[in-house]
Formats: sequence, structure tokens, C-alpha cells
Amino acid sequence: MSLEHDENRTVKNILDNYPPEQRYSLAVLQEVQKEYGYISPNHLMAISTYFGVPVSEIFSIATFYKALSLEKKGKCVIKVCDGTACHIRGSVNILEEIKRALKIREGETTPDGLFSIEIVNCVGSCAMAPVVICGDEYHGNVQPGNASDIILNAKRSLASASGSQESGKEVRLHE
Amino acid sequence: MSRQILVCCGTGCLANGSKAVLDRFREKAGGTNAEIRPYVKKTGCNGFCENGPMVTILPDHITYYKVRPDDVEDILKSLGGAAVERLLYKNDEGKPVCSREENPFYSPQQKIALRNTGIVDPGSIDDYLERGGYQGLKKALSLSPEEVIGEIELSGLRGRGGAGFPTGVKWRSCREVSSDTKYMICNGDEGDPGAFMDRSIMEGDPHSVLEGLIIGAYAIGASRGFLYIRDEYGLALSYVQAAMEEAKRSGYLGENILNSGFHFDCEIVRGGGAFVCGESSALMNSIEGKVGEPRAKYIRSVEKGLFGKPTVLNNVETLANIPYILLHGGKEYSKLGTATSKGTKVFSLVGKVKRTGLVEVPMGITLRDLVFRIGGGIPKGRKFKAVQTGGPSGGCIPESLMDLNIDFDSLKANGSMMGSGGIIVMDDTTCMVELARYYVKFLSEESCGKCTPCREGLRCMLEILTRICEGNGAISDLNLLEELCDTASKASLCELGKTAANPVLSTLNYFREEYIEHIVNKRCPAGVCPQLTTFRISADLCKGCGLCAKGCPVNAIKGEMKKPFLIHQEACIKCGSCREKCPFGAIAADGGSASATEKEGSSC
Repeated sequence: MSLEHDENRTVKNILDNYPPEQRYSLAVLQEVQKEYGYISPNHLMAISTYFGVPVSEIFSIATFYKALSLEKKGKCVIKVCDGTACHIRGSVNILEEIKRALKIREGETTPDGLFSIEIVNCVGSCAMAPVVICGDEYHGNVQPGNASDIILNAKRSLASASGSQESGKEVRLHE
Repeated sequence: MSRQILVCCGTGCLANGSKAVLDRFREKAGGTNAEIRPYVKKTGCNGFCENGPMVTILPDHITYYKVRPDDVEDILKSLGGAAVERLLYKNDEGKPVCSREENPFYSPQQKIALRNTGIVDPGSIDDYLERGGYQGLKKALSLSPEEVIGEIELSGLRGRGGAGFPTGVKWRSCREVSSDTKYMICNGDEGDPGAFMDRSIMEGDPHSVLEGLIIGAYAIGASRGFLYIRDEYGLALSYVQAAMEEAKRSGYLGENILNSGFHFDCEIVRGGGAFVCGESSALMNSIEGKVGEPRAKYIRSVEKGLFGKPTVLNNVETLANIPYILLHGGKEYSKLGTATSKGTKVFSLVGKVKRTGLVEVPMGITLRDLVFRIGGGIPKGRKFKAVQTGGPSGGCIPESLMDLNIDFDSLKANGSMMGSGGIIVMDDTTCMVELARYYVKFLSEESCGKCTPCREGLRCMLEILTRICEGNGAISDLNLLEELCDTASKASLCELGKTAANPVLSTLNYFREEYIEHIVNKRCPAGVCPQLTTFRISADLCKGCGLCAKGCPVNAIKGEMKKPFLIHQEACIKCGSCREKCPFGAIAADGGSASATEKEGSSC
């Protein structure tokens, strides 16, 4: 079975959960994003056909919302919060450090497909600024020098992926 | 006596490991003395996230902070006896305090919107009912919709999402439009950076938001509703979803609510991560499955909103106030607050302040009380500079206005706004020019691009501010900035563009000398803008402890222990972490502000 065929089948499964009304287009795109980590041209076509909405319109939705991406993201997306509280507590330095460690810029993915870096605008954890979210794991009060630990931890988690559940791992606040 | 152990499981505490603490309590509680067998439950956010995980013991009213799983046994052993002192909060005098009434962060607070957050289990409707939940709805259904609106008008409640439009007036206008279909929407697309009260309420007390929504729907005559919630708020999404299902099972939502003949049902729409979708018309477009662009509001949404039908959109915090108002009466609620802004407001006090978190206080509190009494002032002996309120649409308030009584109108009169209630405290290491650049960058990225003044104006402003931050600005740039601000605020389509000028204008107004310093002397007094900053170690003050070198992310600091260290400028990336780390205040940006310690030292 070709990959493309497989892709379309899953998209169809997602679409089947929604009535063919335009108002569900964002929800479907979000699910596709979650499933594949990006939205491919084939996905766009399938969604456009299903809702009877021009593909240009689905494309503009897919490019308008930050949660959606047309490019495949890394297995672990490192989100550096740059909300105001994080910003004035030095999130830019943290971002720079992560960029140096992974040798990519924000919005890019490492060649091995493991990591992407994203800047996010406030995740609502301002009381523990600056915050870095690595996969699903929140790191609070991150300081310059901690970034490499965060990446190392993430690499370990990825290595033992689908193995032991590490999501409940604790993160000490850095005083 | 039986005891309750409340473990905070808000996003902040979870990130600090509260799940493991909760599990340990559940595992160990069974083995404790049968007489005091405790009941363990998880709660939503307590707002003091930096000190999490938090654990509260009832009815003793003892709250523990920064609890680790290994502390659990000590806490269990102490039940009924003396508190575990090492886990208590230490007040400003360094004295450990048990109850929140003695904790300077909590004692001045008065909780209405947050009345249940941190107390109820957000996943349990019974917990909510025990705290008087859905009594407001019962009361509302016993009144006519007009009477409900009258009560809200009497309360003086104004929208907590930012603009501060009177909620009762909004409801009445929608009520008066005749239509077979109307919609009631809850705006949970909290996007203001630095504000997280809506997340906290949805996570900690989802039923109160839902109850507010149902009461609103009854008042305006809507039978369908939507809760538009940020996709990033995973915990909030799952709790609100669960709350809806439970409410439906218990007859508070759906067909014939509480046998009143009133039908109302609602669903969740997950936001796509666009700041502009917090704007009402953009949000409605987003629910319709379109690009979240705002539209010109020649016709108000109360007449023609979602799917072209009359629609009321209220913010999460606004809705959480509604059941309380119904239950206690609009008159009672209006006793709190100022002449034009009634009730309480939840502020998120964050940034360079000792105690950060969510605080709910009556409107009219002074900024000084917020920052210094509740927040405990500025950490590390640094000097207070300004607060920023209202998110990217707000402005900066300088120290000279610290005694301002905060309400919707006083903030607006001083070039800022309430916004959703973010209070970001800044000290002398925050550069006001860079802050203005930060907000403009944020807004230019979030601008939907529909209207020119916002799309192009913000881009030009960003270009100018960036060049000032890089030391390439000219004095004439300041006039240019003011002109662009003027155009954007007059000609933009929606509030995002109209208020975009506030961060620039307010910093220009109150901190103009800092702009001039960047432009004329090519110097960033706060030591933030890399091109205009050089950090140096004072040989007189340096004790040679080496903490700076250890903390330097690029190993640019060298030296021998017990002798003054040196920063190698060519390797330095100007991150300022050495300045943060130095316990002796020996590191300062060239000509910029050193810490208080150094100032004391240099004055003699």
C-alpha cells in the first residue's frame, strides 16, 4: 500500500467524524495536524472536496492559524514561550541557547527530524517565566545554561519513546 | 476529625510535579491512622504557581508550598498536630505562616470569579454543587429574562475581556432583537501575553463558566452556544468538555433545563492559535470555519453576529461572575469596586516581582498595593521601573503613577488599558524601547493583514524601533513613530490595530529619555539591546566567587578564584545572565544601572 493511499484513508477516517459543514474545517485541519504533524497538499484537496469549499480557502485557513503547518515538524517540538513575562525574564537568551545547541533557527527542523524550534506567544504559565515546553513537558524558570539539559532529557525521552512513560517527569524549579 | 487534602493540579503545579505528589498522597493516605483518614482530592490552579506544587489541608487551613513526593509522609504524620514548618510560606519577616489569611499574597484578595478555583475538584459536579453551584441558574430561571438582565445591569459588571463594555447593556440589546435563532458565546481564546486568569478559571472551575453561559443564554433568548477555547489549553479543554457532559446528565444543560421549559445546548470550538481571534468578529468567523479576520462593525454582533444571527460574546471571567451576581444580587456586587468599574478583577501579576501569580482584588486597588504589598516588591534589590497593563493593546505606567486606583477608566485616561488584567512588572533591567519593539513585533506578526494601517503601519513601526534598538536610529524617527501611531489608531479596522499604538506612545510619553539615550548616546541604559550594551565586572566589587563564569552560557568569563574575573567582550553574547547571578552586584552594563548593592558600594 502506498504511503499516499494510507494518508488519504486516515484523512477520510477523520472527515467521517464530522458533518460536511464548513464550520468544521478548522477542527478537521487540527486533527490532521495532530495526526501527521503537518498538512499535505493531498490533505488540503481531500478536505476541500469534502466540505465543498474551494481549496484556496482551505489553504488560507491552513496558513492563517499558527497551530497548523504545511511543513512537517520534528518529533519533538521545542516551544520557547516569548510572552511578555517570559520576554522580560530573558526568554530570548534561552531561545538563542537552544538554537545554538540544535544548530537550527526558529521555525526549522533538525536534519534528523527529531527537533523543531518554535516561538510561542504566551502559554499562560507566566508565574514561572521563562517557560520552555518540550513535547508536552513544561519547564519553568529556565535559565541560561539549562537549555542543554532540556534537550538532553528530550533526546533520552525520544530514544526510549513508546517505552516507559516519562511524561510525569518532574522538573525542579531553578531558584 | 476527617481531613481533606487538596493538591493543586493546575498547569503550573503539574509542571512542577504535583501529579507525583497527588499519587503519593493517594497511595499513602489509606495507611494513615483510621481516625484521621484524609480525603485526597485534586483541585485547579491556586494562582501562586511559582511556589507549587501547593497542598492545602482542610479544615485546618494549612497550605504547604513546593511540596515534593518525599514530603508526603511528613504531612500525613502531622495531620491533627503541628504543621510541617519547612513547607510553610515565610512572610516578609521570614516567619512561617500556616493559613492563607496570614500569607501576604493571599490576605488582601477577595475572590468572586476565582471563588471555587483551587477548592473544588474541576472534574466533579458534586463538588461544585456543594459550593452553591447552579443555584445562580435556579434563581435566574425563577426570574424573567428581563429581570435577570436587570440584575446584571444593577451589578455594573463590565466585560473582563478588555474593552469593559457593560455586560447588562450588551445582553439587553441582544434580547431586544427579535430572531428565531440567537447565539451565546464564551470567549476562552485568552491571548494577551502575560495573562492567564481565563485558563485558570476554565481549568479550576469550569462549571461556573458554563453556568454563566447558560444564564446568559436564558437572558438573551439563545438556544445554542459555543465555547471558543485556545487549543493550547489542553487541561481547560478537557475539563470544560467533562463539565458540559456532567451538566447535561444532571439536567443543567440541554432540553428543558430544570423543568423550566428552557432549552440550551453548547459545544466547544478549539482555537487555531491566532491572537486576532480574541476579537469578537474574528472569533465568530473562526467558529464559522473561516479565516479569523475581523470585519467592520457597522452592524453590531448583538444584531448580526455568528452565522448572521444576534450573538452575545462574553469573556470567561465575565461569565464566572454571573452566577455569583444572580445568587447574591446585583446590588451586593456593585458595592465592590469604583464608581464606574464594579466588582473585583483578577490580575495576573508577573514579571520582575517577588510574588507572581493570579490575584483577585476589588477594582480601585492602587498599583502600589498590587506590586509592593501583594507582590512583595522587586526581587534582588533592584529598582522598580514601570508596569505594563493590558497586553499588547495596553501601555506602560511609570512609577509616578503608582498610586493610581486601577479601573477601566483610570488606566485608559493614562494611556494604557485594563485589557484582560495582565500586570507585568518591570525593573531597571527592562529596556522600554525594546519592550515597545517586542509588542509591535508581536502585533505585526498577529495582524491578520486585512487593513493597511495595521498591516503596513506596524511593519514600519517595527523597522524603526529595531533600528533604534540597534543603535541606528535618528531623532526624527520619534516623530515618524508618533505619526504612524496616529494613523494606525485612527484608521485601523479592529481594536488590534486601533490600540497597537499604545505600547509605543506610552513608552515614548513616559520614557522618552531612554529612546534618546539609544539614539544619541548609542547606549541601552537597561543593558538589554545587545548592540548597545557592554557588561563589565567591577574589579573593586568582584570577590572572585566564579558564579558568573559558571553561569555564562558561552564561557566568555575567565578568572582565578578569589581574584576579579574578566568578561571577554568578543565572546560575550550580552545575555546578562552574569549580572543576574552575581551576588555582589559587581557586574553592570556600561554606564547602565548596576544593582542596588553596587550603588550602595559606589556611593561611599
